[in-house]
Amino acid sequence: MSTVQRNMSLTGEPPKTINTQQKIASFIGLLGLMVLVLAFFNLNFPNKGLWLTASLIAIGGGTVWFSIAAYTNKHDGIKNDGVYFKSLTSKGFWAWIVGMALTLFYVLLYWFPQYLGLAQDGNNKGVVALFDPLSRLLNGGPASQWFVYGTLYTLAILAFGIKFILKYRHNKYEKLRTFSVMFFQLGFAFLIPELMSRLNSDTFSLPYYDLKNIWPLNYYNFEQYRVDDLLSAGDVGLGLLIFGLASIFIITPILTYKYGKRWYCSWVCGCGGLAETAGDPFRHLSDKSQMAWKVERWVIHSVLVFVVLMTTAVVYSYLGDDSSKYWLTKNTFLISVALLLTVVFAGTWIFKREELKKDARLGAIGYFVIIISLIGFHYFSGKNLFLFEAETLRQTYGFLIGAVFSGVIGVGFYPIFGSRVWCRFGCPMAAILGFQQRLFSKFRITTNGGQCISCGNCSTYCEMGIDVRAYAQKGENIVRSSCVGCGICSAVCPRGVLKLENGPLEKRISSNEILLGNDVDLMNYVNN
Amino acid sequence: MEHIVIIGNGIAGITAARHIRKLSDKKITIVSAETDHFFSRTALMYVYMGHMRWRDIEPYESWFWEKNRLELKNAYVETVDTNNKTLYFKKGGSLTYDKLIIATGSVTNTFGWEGLELNGVQGLVSKQDLEKLEKNAPNNKECPRAVIIGGGLIGVEMAEMLRTRNIEVTMLVRENAFWTNVLPKSEAEMLSRHIISHGVDLRHNSELDKIIGDKDGNVKSVITKSGEEIPCSVVGITTGVKPQISFLKNSKIETDRGVLVNRKLETNIEDVYAIGDCAQQREPIGNRPPIEAVWYTGRMMGEALAQTICGKPFEYNPGNWFNSAKFFDIEYQTYGWVFSESRKKNYEGQFHWKCKSDLRCVTISYNENSNEFLGINTFGIRMEQEVFDKWLNEKRSVDYVIQNLKQANFDPEFFKKYEKEIQTAYAGQSITI
Repeated sequence: MSTVQRNMSLTGEPPKTINTQQKIASFIGLLGLMVLVLAFFNLNFPNKGLWLTASLIAIGGGTVWFSIAAYTNKHDGIKNDGVYFKSLTSKGFWAWIVGMALTLFYVLLYWFPQYLGLAQDGNNKGVVALFDPLSRLLNGGPASQWFVYGTLYTLAILAFGIKFILKYRHNKYEKLRTFSVMFFQLGFAFLIPELMSRLNSDTFSLPYYDLKNIWPLNYYNFEQYRVDDLLSAGDVGLGLLIFGLASIFIITPILTYKYGKRWYCSWVCGCGGLAETAGDPFRHLSDKSQMAWKVERWVIHSVLVFVVLMTTAVVYSYLGDDSSKYWLTKNTFLISVALLLTVVFAGTWIFKREELKKDARLGAIGYFVIIISLIGFHYFSGKNLFLFEAETLRQTYGFLIGAVFSGVIGVGFYPIFGSRVWCRFGCPMAAILGFQQRLFSKFRITTNGGQCISCGNCSTYCEMGIDVRAYAQKGENIVRSSCVGCGICSAVCPRGVLKLENGPLEKRISSNEILLGNDVDLMNYVNN
Repeated sequence: MEHIVIIGNGIAGITAARHIRKLSDKKITIVSAETDHFFSRTALMYVYMGHMRWRDIEPYESWFWEKNRLELKNAYVETVDTNNKTLYFKKGGSLTYDKLIIATGSVTNTFGWEGLELNGVQGLVSKQDLEKLEKNAPNNKECPRAVIIGGGLIGVEMAEMLRTRNIEVTMLVRENAFWTNVLPKSEAEMLSRHIISHGVDLRHNSELDKIIGDKDGNVKSVITKSGEEIPCSVVGITTGVKPQISFLKNSKIETDRGVLVNRKLETNIEDVYAIGDCAQQREPIGNRPPIEAVWYTGRMMGEALAQTICGKPFEYNPGNWFNSAKFFDIEYQTYGWVFSESRKKNYEGQFHWKCKSDLRCVTISYNENSNEFLGINTFGIRMEQEVFDKWLNEKRSVDYVIQNLKQANFDPEFFKKYEKEIQTAYAGQSITI
């Protein structure tokens, strides 16, 4: 008898063979993948359109068939049997192989697209060339490495989305949410921008615009080339520019107030969409320790400050000193930014200070002082805004945050750190929405009286690493910045303790020393 | 500084320790031979099933104990000398206390069957039991079939665990449906069908006669009272639990089935208290049994006793009864009292509703004379404790509860609602009466 001791688990020998249908489905999926690999090694397929179609259908179809074979012969319900025994989902051999393969893919994608076959001038080769027919069909031009990425990304969300829906077919919240991310990925992130670029001509040019990709997640949204494009594209362009601004300053706060940040993070967002579908098998790998939470708070808010500084510097750099080209001048812009930050800071400090922990107060003061003094410094010294060239800031952000963090670590390390590392530690959009969710939102996860048995399923399967149990076992509602409202804690709870809700602001957070069910006098004595 | 010693690091003992620490600076030592750290006993099954690792079922990180100055001692208490306020450990050594809290929980209850000593015969109560099951039933080659004796909460958990490793399971249940000594018949029958649908060979009206071993002392088969022999490698004994108090037999602490305590959770010896599964109330409280082996009551006793120990005496005076469980895919919650046929009060009327899916049902019990709402069992539909707690305190009528059932719904958003269906069924039933 062999007992493998893995990850301190007591146990280690479950029947984890896959059935015959799953084997066939895996084979078909791998065949599809093989076409892409062969193309990567510059096998020049004749009739690329046909081969590409076959490949994508095989990958998508294989995945879906695998899921059907895995789930449909089982009862409706939670399907986490053996999660900690399988190599792929418990940081075993296959987890590392997949993690490294994904990481390598991202490295090629970001820094060496020529190896994927991208040609600067002349015809594409390799994998990129294989995608040319689809690209021509949609946007009229040859493919780029980003088109390849976008197609595979969308395929992953669709195929694994179907898998997720089959897995959680008893849970309507999960089904609707998954339909939603599939819809937004296919429509808004993929098809609409591709088709929009067909409208472009010599006189009319819109930038590639995924409407749901909001600044600061879309950190380049207000860069000069995009703004210039939009401004030169007449009413449509101006409309898009205004929409981009309204998204972050008007639409987002309203929706987050009403529904929490889940309306974006687990219903709309593409990063979230991939994490919730392809990343779902890895959700339990997120670090639940209190230490990780501390690190998370500092890192994610630092990224937010970084993106604010960077964007301010970039916009500042292309604005004119007079109002001839842009009605907004350098000075007006800078003062507006300073004013906005001051209002947000002062408002929070005056109305919500009690809800901020010590490190949050320190952080808020620290960040505020840094930004304002940098702006002030600029006025007095006349040097570069924020000490560095705007372009340097932009490139650094793009490299460190845009590529390394969100791509290589965020997705490449799915099988090692879990599926939401980027969303939890890095995404500045999540930081803004989380800030609103924590302080100005109706959303909370309600705890059902004293019914918690501290089993730990909720914490284990929280992809954001929230120790949900720590709240539930105190009978306390869960109101956390990072919660993306995926609803899995509620789904895996064996005792019906957790419910995602939008409710009144009063008693949104309520902690009880003595839980419901005990002596009324004792509860009154201790809790009040 | 007063030294509080707690024997047992389950939910009762740890809750008491946490609350005493919140209220005072007393020295607190927690003694356990089972594990170093507190874990959720109700989550043992998930480790075997691969849903969680051992450390995931520990509610507190390892720094918690030192930070809160809760001293942990891994030792087995062999004797308690109440005259000298001293505990003696099995491996030698002793510990003196000023106040002693006994929170040792339960052990598997058996009925003296032949063959209990064989390898492969086990319950599922402790971490050691989980380790044993891992050894006895690692997969379906080592253990093609297991027989589970008794159909309670632990029995169905064990069946679910073994089924995740494709081990054939036969379950011998004395009654004519699963858990009928607690549940109304129609609910019990629905659960029986659900358990069978998960591939469990559930045998009603059957009891164990004896367990047969092979020449190496391993389980070979069981023989039922009807004389049938069922070959198996593991026998799960899940015929309830009983207080773990054998170490007290030579002490002066008065015991019956459990450690006898009054409403303040005091034993007959001053400064010695008992809480949780091992405590037995001298007078039962309301409809509650004198020994309550439930997670929640263990926690509640811990909460109450901590106040008493810290100078604000509180009786253990639990509010409305509640409980929960999960049977494979069907969640169960109960608020107030809904009795099985055998224990039903003569004034208790029951309204049953069952969903066509055969996966959801609700029983609402009420006083037939006054129409007062007495309790609800809900399967497959989550309901809110706070709402029922309020309705029970307000002594609402059964009609009021049915009319306002929607308020209590705790299912996730967008789930199908069944209140209308339930109300229609109730109206139909009322007319026929």
